[in-house]
Amino acid sequence: MSGILGFLRGCARLVARGNRAYYAWLGVLAAAILIGLLAYAHQFRTGLIATNMRDQVSWAFYVGNFTFLVGVAAAAVLLVIPAYVYEWEPIKEVVILGELLAVSAITMCLLFILVDMGRPDRFLHILPLLGSPNWPHSMLTWDALVLNGYLALNLTVVVHILYKGYRGEHYNRKLIVPLVLASIPGAVSIHTVTAFLYNGMAARPFWNASILAPRFIASAFCSGPAVMIILFQILRKTTRIAVKDEAIFKVAELMAYAMFVNLFLLGAEVFKEYYSATEHLLYTQYLWSGIGPHRALVPFAWLALACSVSAFLLFLVPRTRRNFVTLNAGCVLIWAGVYIEKGMGLVIPGMTPDTLGEIYEYRPTATEWAIAAGIFGVGFLVFTVLVKVAVPIMTGTFQAPDRAADHPSPGKSAAVA
Amino acid sequence: MSGERRTPQSLPVLPEAPADPGRRSFMRTAAAGAAVAALSGCGLEDFFRKSFRELSKGDVQKVLASLERKHSAKYGRAVTVSGAPAQPGVEFGYGLDLSRCVGCRRCVYACVKENNQSRKNPQIHWIRVLEMDKARGVDLAHAEVYYEADQVPRPGHFYMPVQCQQCRNPPCVKVCPVQATWKEPDGIVVVDYDWCIGCRCCMSACPYGARHFNWAEPTLPKEELNPVTHYLGNRPRPKGVVEKCTFCIQRTRAGRYPACVEVCPVGARKFGNLLDPESEIRRVMDTKRVFVFKEELATHPQFYYFYAT
Ligand code: SF4
Ligand code: SF4
Repeated sequence: MSGILGFLRGCARLVARGNRAYYAWLGVLAAAILIGLLAYAHQFRTGLIATNMRDQVSWAFYVGNFTFLVGVAAAAVLLVIPAYVYEWEPIKEVVILGELLAVSAITMCLLFILVDMGRPDRFLHILPLLGSPNWPHSMLTWDALVLNGYLALNLTVVVHILYKGYRGEHYNRKLIVPLVLASIPGAVSIHTVTAFLYNGMAARPFWNASILAPRFIASAFCSGPAVMIILFQILRKTTRIAVKDEAIFKVAELMAYAMFVNLFLLGAEVFKEYYSATEHLLYTQYLWSGIGPHRALVPFAWLALACSVSAFLLFLVPRTRRNFVTLNAGCVLIWAGVYIEKGMGLVIPGMTPDTLGEIYEYRPTATEWAIAAGIFGVGFLVFTVLVKVAVPIMTGTFQAPDRAADHPSPGKSAAVA
Repeated sequence: MSGERRTPQSLPVLPEAPADPGRRSFMRTAAAGAAVAALSGCGLEDFFRKSFRELSKGDVQKVLASLERKHSAKYGRAVTVSGAPAQPGVEFGYGLDLSRCVGCRRCVYACVKENNQSRKNPQIHWIRVLEMDKARGVDLAHAEVYYEADQVPRPGHFYMPVQCQQCRNPPCVKVCPVQATWKEPDGIVVVDYDWCIGCRCCMSACPYGARHFNWAEPTLPKEELNPVTHYLGNRPRPKGVVEKCTFCIQRTRAGRYPACVEVCPVGARKFGNLLDPESEIRRVMDTKRVFVFKEELATHPQFYYFYAT
């Protein structure tokens, strides 16, 4: 027990200490979180009227962010498969970072759902025994189930591996390997179930296309690793974590395939809508060319497409994929592309025009932006804290003091960074 | 409207004997104890309460009584909250004659009044009347909800009121993550406002825009409250939950017509028991061609449109 206390104390010390840039970063996050809290207090008091959502567009920015982040969380799997299944060395050390990212992304997902609820005080109603979950009919019940399951899975793996690393012991393969294997269908299922949440609604033809879940997975395989590639570079500059170029380029190559599939599926959908030109074309039209004077989404739609296509080209050509300037530019582009596409580009046209043909043009309010900023602040803070602890363990500078005595192992002794 | 029979009174009072004493007698006893019994409604109890459908008979009465106390205190007059269940052998059906509707929207406002909807900011309407072009037929892309009511009916146009279709295969019920909404045995799709978590899945799922969300605390002036309410119907709603047309459950389960049927100046609205061969709605179905809205979605509404002429 005292070992765990010592571990926690060591973690706290690690998190509290850092250079000036680190404190500045924490300051930025704290400011974002504070702004978000103030905005949420306002929304909680006045109701969701503080947003620009209305009966016509009853899901919007929050749900869009949620959807995007589910994709980021799911993408950890892209790194997990090769690392654990094929014992593929260069990537193994960074898988843990992918899982940390998944943990913080899911934290953000859950927060976005919470701020979107009309009655957050009644969240217990979705739990078994205490509440009355509509299982197996409601996709949202499934979503709550798989998201929390995935969170628990990743947390278990990460905490176990890190604590064992701190103790200088090998992680328990019998425990970890099945869990990691389970996290692969887990990652696919969180994004699939989120897609099904939209997909199952016959009232909204824009979502009611069976291609939706595959598109979600494909775009997740683009956006998640894009975040990872940037993170790897930051970490290997600022910490002693060594991420080989080879690993980064491999991830970039996999992303190029995923982007191709993503763009292809998008093209297939657009073709179907425009060529058959049924009344369902209206929603696609609202996204790409607007309906009459209602064009709020048009610039975003084309911006997202431009981002995705140029990123795809940058990742496709080996020379630009292996140049860090163009690679990073591509990552930012793909991130922006998917963020717009999964956020505004999926939710809003699904709801505009509404089921009775009314066009309500939605734009997020300042409150919505502020709350979103706060939630991203929390997510980044969670990730920062996790990385701050994980990196010294992975590089062997944060170890149990009694480690040398208890478990003779090569390397340094009692050094708490 | 029965609400107008009651005069505003101060607390505590006994509500007037309702139409069906057998069913509602418990409320009188409940209201009598109102002055002192405010304690059972404390926050924690609400927090751990079961959903309406899982409550025992006794608990239902307690909940109804506590709501009556709460609403009576808030609105300064006696409010009854009925829990009247569906009657056996009754399945409600609604008919709307599109050839008669003139688009006057009196039904919209009668509904607002009867069902205690939020008056403004936000303004909630359970019925929406669509103005459409005769040449195009039912074409939502060209439908207009915000037409000027003083010029109706406009030549070349027809009017199509839309409200909850009380689907037999209701997509809204299927998607609700907490079973806060369900279809009653008499066909009315209801919402438990004390159980709804405000996720708005049901609004995404409803093909008829029939569900409405309380984006803010509803604005319902004290003097405009209709004090004859039903737990699953027109009782005052809290903010952050979904509400919808219930065929005026508080009236129809007591053998009356929905407010919109009563008010329609041209008699375009028909209502009755689908299981009763003598009912008005059955006469419509036997003699007219009826159709349902968005038939292709297989929601199988209990709400029928027809052209009588
Ligand atoms: S019309 Fe909409 S709210 Fe009414 S039962 Fe059908 S799906 Fe549900
Ligand atoms: S808003 Fe309420 S009634 Fe509608 S799906 Fe969510 S919990 Fe159920």
